[in-house]
Amino acid sequence: MHELSVTESVLEIACKHAEQARAKKVTDIYLVIGKLSSIVDDSVQFYWDFISKGTICEEATLHFKRIPAEMVCLDCNHNYTLEDELTPCPQCGSARIRVVAGDEFNLESIEVQR
Amino acid sequence: MSENRIKIVEKILDANDRLANSNRQRFNEVGVYSINLMASPGAGKTSFILKTIEGLMADGVQIGVIEGDTAPVTIDSDKINAAGMPAIQINTGGECHLDAVMLENAIDQMDLSPLDLVIVENVGNLICPAAFALGTHSNVLVASIPEGDDKPYKYPNIYRGLDVLIINKTDLLPYIDFNMDYFRQGVEMLNPGLTTFAVSCKTGEGMDPWLEWLKGRISK
Ligand SMILES: Nc1nc2c(ncn2[C@@H]2O[C@H](COP(=O)(O)OP(=O)(O)OP(=O)(O)O)[C@@H](O)[C@H]2O)c(=O)[nH]1
Ligand SMILES: [Mg+2]
Ligand SMILES: [Zn+2]
Ligand SMILES: [Zn+2]
Repeated sequence: MHELSVTESVLEIACKHAEQARAKKVTDIYLVIGKLSSIVDDSVQFYWDFISKGTICEEATLHFKRIPAEMVCLDCNHNYTLEDELTPCPQCGSARIRVVAGDEFNLESIEVQR
Repeated sequence: MSENRIKIVEKILDANDRLANSNRQRFNEVGVYSINLMASPGAGKTSFILKTIEGLMADGVQIGVIEGDTAPVTIDSDKINAAGMPAIQINTGGECHLDAVMLENAIDQMDLSPLDLVIVENVGNLICPAAFALGTHSNVLVASIPEGDDKPYKYPNIYRGLDVLIINKTDLLPYIDFNMDYFRQGVEMLNPGLTTFAVSCKTGEGMDPWLEWLKGRISK
C-alpha cells in the first residue's frame, strides 16, 4: 500500500483537530487498522518521523490498534476469524462469505497538551 | 478518557473519498458513465480499451480515455488517439496509483460534454489502486491468464472492491497451467456473484457480452 499518502492524511487530520481544540502539542495518535487494509506499521512510522517535523504533531507517538479479519458465511451464518490465508467457511465449505470486520482504517483519537 | 484525549474517528482516506464524490458528481452532471480500469502491468488494459472503442464504434459511442502512468510517456494515449478518441495522459511522477486529486485534474483538461463514456486506465498495480477511490461509477479489473490463478488469494483487496471482472488472454489457456475453478473460488470468496466476462483481446472472443453490459450502462 501507499504509506506516504496515508501518513500525510494522518498528519492532516491530526493537525486539523488539534488546532480546533487549541492544543499546544499532540503527544499521541491512536490509529485503528483492520488486518485487511494492507498497511505496514513500520513504514508509516518511518514517514511519520519525517513529515511531522516542524508541525504541532512533531514527536507524537503513533499507536496502532489492529483489528482481526472477521468473516460471516452467507450460506450458514457461521462467523469466523481469518488467519493469514483466505479460506472458505470452515463449517459448511461455502465460498460465499463476507467481511464483517478488518477493513477499518481510522484515526480514532489524539492525546494533546493544551 | 482524560480531557486531553480528543476523540476523532475519521477515515484516514476521507479527504480522497470526498473528492471522489465530487468527481462522481461532475460525471453525473453531464451524463457520462465512468470506469476505473485496474490491472497489473501488461494484463491488457490498453488492449481492452481499444477493443471496447472498436466494438462501440458502430453505435457512435464517444469515449474519452484518461491514461495513468508513472513515467512521462504517451505510448498508451497515442494508441487511443490513433483509434480516433480523445485521451489525457496523467504522469503520476513515480506514484504507483491514481487518486481522486489526479482524476480531478484530468477531467479539468477534458471536454466531457460530447462524451458518453470515460475510461480511466489506472497505473498497473494490484495493491494501491484498491485503496484510492476515484469517483468513477464502476471499478473494473482486467486479470489475465499468464498472471496465474492464485492472484485473488494474493491481492484480495482489489477483488473486494470490484463491480466487474474481466478475465483476459483466454486464447492462452491451452499453453498455461491455469486452474479456472481455483481462480473463480478465490474470486467468489472475495466478491460473491461478481459480474465476470472472459475475453481475448487478441481474437475478440467474448467481447460481445461485455459490450452489451456496457451499452446498458451508457445513457444515450
Ligand atoms: N495473447 C494475448 N495477448 C494479449 C491479449 N491482450 C493483450 N495482449 C498483449 O499483452 C501485452 C500488454 O498489453 P497492454 O494492453 O499494453 O497491457 P496494459 O495492461 O495496458 O499494460 P501497462 O499499461 O503497461 O500496464 C501486449 O503485448 C498485448 O498485445 C490477449 O487477449 N491475448
Ligand atoms: Mg496500458
Ligand atoms: Zn458456512
Ligand atoms: Zn500507491
